[in-house]
Amino acid sequence: MDLNLTPSEREFRDEFRAWLGENVPAEWAGGGGGSEDRAEYIEYLRAWQRKLYDGGWAGISWPKEFGGRGATLLEQAIFQEELARANAPQLVGTIGLSLVGPTIIALGTEGQKARHLPQILSGDEIWCQGFSEPNAGSDLAALGTKAARDGEDFIINGQKIWTSFAQMADWCLLLVRTDAEAPKHKGITCLLADMHAAGVTVRPLRQMSGDSGFNEVFFSDVRIGPSQVLGEVNKGWTTAITALMNERANLGTGIQVVFKRQLEALIARSKTVERDGRPASEDPLVRQKLAQAYLELEILRLNTNRALTSLSKAGAPGAEGSIQKLYWSEMNQRTQQYAQEILGPYGQLKEFDKGAWEYAYLRTRGNTIEAGTSEIQRNIIAERVLGLPKSY
Amino acid sequence: MDFDLSKPQKLLKESARALLARECGAGRVRELMETETAHDEGLWRALAEQGWTGLLVPEAQGGLGLGLVEMAAVAEEMGRACLPGAFLSTLFAAALVERAGSAEQRAKYLEPIAAGELKATVALLEESASWDADALKLEASRGGGGFNLKGRKLFVPDAGVADVLVCVARDGDSLVLLPVARGAEGVTVKPMPSMDATRKLYEVRFEGVSVAESYVLGADGDARGALQGASEVATAVLCAEMVGGMQWVLDTTVEYAKTRQQFGRPVGSFQAVQHMCADMLLMTESARSAAYYAAWALTERDPSARAAVSVAKAYCSDAYREVANRGVQVHGGIGFTWEHDLQLYYKRSKSSETLFGDATFHRERIARLVMSDE
Repeated sequence: MDLNLTPSEREFRDEFRAWLGENVPAEWAGGGGGSEDRAEYIEYLRAWQRKLYDGGWAGISWPKEFGGRGATLLEQAIFQEELARANAPQLVGTIGLSLVGPTIIALGTEGQKARHLPQILSGDEIWCQGFSEPNAGSDLAALGTKAARDGEDFIINGQKIWTSFAQMADWCLLLVRTDAEAPKHKGITCLLADMHAAGVTVRPLRQMSGDSGFNEVFFSDVRIGPSQVLGEVNKGWTTAITALMNERANLGTGIQVVFKRQLEALIARSKTVERDGRPASEDPLVRQKLAQAYLELEILRLNTNRALTSLSKAGAPGAEGSIQKLYWSEMNQRTQQYAQEILGPYGQLKEFDKGAWEYAYLRTRGNTIEAGTSEIQRNIIAERVLGLPKSY
Repeated sequence: MDFDLSKPQKLLKESARALLARECGAGRVRELMETETAHDEGLWRALAEQGWTGLLVPEAQGGLGLGLVEMAAVAEEMGRACLPGAFLSTLFAAALVERAGSAEQRAKYLEPIAAGELKATVALLEESASWDADALKLEASRGGGGFNLKGRKLFVPDAGVADVLVCVARDGDSLVLLPVARGAEGVTVKPMPSMDATRKLYEVRFEGVSVAESYVLGADGDARGALQGASEVATAVLCAEMVGGMQWVLDTTVEYAKTRQQFGRPVGSFQAVQHMCADMLLMTESARSAAYYAAWALTERDPSARAAVSVAKAYCSDAYREVANRGVQVHGGIGFTWEHDLQLYYKRSKSSETLFGDATFHRERIARLVMSDE
């Protein structure tokens, strides 16, 4: 057991930290709270990814032959931490980089690799993930978006929902039903769908936090050619699992730094808001809550380091992602509730700290639902880690 | 970075599990619970033969001189076995002697401790039941070339079997550490029967007990610092022990959920039960991360070590209790019986929760460390 970074890990960190120091746009300075749907903002984010790409810092986990760095898991974690530490803008092409790219590398044809991978890295083409539907959420394999055969082509009709980045995406990793007669997992196909094709309509969904992070996407007689099948026809479930494993292998390493910054801000705030005529930070109950938030966040960091060690040794992602997701999402809700208790009515104000606490409290409500509900994560832990019999 | 036990550490842990399964099965634990001291000389010899009573003791004093991560690995297995007796008490006292004692005193106590020939404990708590050294009131009066003790200590673990009791007393504004033989004149030890019968507590009365100057530990040093350092070591070891207890409860509960049938199916196929088990896993693994990190940080003298110990103890205190709670709930009626071994761990979780300070105590320590403006 040695929790220090190795010399090469330290070197990697220092190199990227130095690069960020020179390249994070000065005017950004932690900006960009809510709305992700303005064209200008999107262009700004594309330019930022382009900068990372030019510096050789896009898709670092990808093999070198496809333009990546072949970074180790720990280097990927360091990468996310450093991005967050530098308060860098978000990666607009994150779905392409962390989910679609690795899946194309694993299952795509040579043509698909040549066509899509460079564009994903450079941020020239943004991807979204067309998985969930109104009637296929946790039970994803129940999806019903139809793909009817017309000669070699597929004609797509149906609806996707909760699709992040769809409002700016050029492409969609789309799951469709190609065989309605087969058992539900065996009639699904994964397509690479052009979001600019005729018949695709995107409608932003406004969240309770006021911003529009995700969308509804409607497909009406959208034609897709046979070269756009990723994996094999009717074996799309395997493709989807490959993609989801890559998603969950991202253990939330970057988000922790954001949490840390929020907690530091809350501790600082507790010294200025009052309780019974004294700073809230002197109130024993407030101190208990802040300490609890601190220790839960610290344990998230430690759990992550253990999971990284175990993933590095095992090679393939396991249920670690579910454990991490369950922990951080519920922790984040508790912490934002503590913040509300400490700040009182100030915490609900849209102009107090630029509305950061009001926004964070509402936004965390979605954490235990998005990317697999807490219930689904517990099912996965119970069945795959503990070996309990399937419940459904 | 490698947050995993090394091969030798894993081997040590495996051998600890095997030895404790052989020497300290649940039947033996129950027999010892019923005795006055929960101590068994044969079992103690077996631990000493492995070198565990001297695992942390420097090689110069006949110990193995290993680090806290190795100790945590063994302690985890002790917690899994719900090992009764004075191991942790002796470890705490030894850590105190190591920090506060002169070379002579270290040799005097640590060598026999490492050899398994001496058991010890620390007499710390008083009526306030506070782990805060500032709350101590027992005053050691100076006189006759040493100190004189008059008063009492409460909740002293294993005082009925410890050969030496290290009494922490006040000398004006500073602390003194006074080793007293259990059989010394003026010392009375009376059991305080408590929930967890595997870890016996005692009231210790001192009626005019004299301790010569040459016996006083850390007379010219920092007794308070030594007490804090030794408490941190013992707390980290206790946390690892708690993780082992949680793991036993989790394993036993999952096994039961797979076999117990209701409505024609194993109860473990119901999500209400699955989700309790998933939470138990999450808490056990989180507790493990925190406990081993505390052990590593103390070994490495990492600046975060002090906070790491409190993070671990605050989390483990709540988590062990919750894991034990859910374990009983999943078992249903059988889990509530005297016959089922869950009761041993349920009670151990409670006694461990308060030992060396509960979650509230350690959260306040964390608050002091992370909220100060310095």
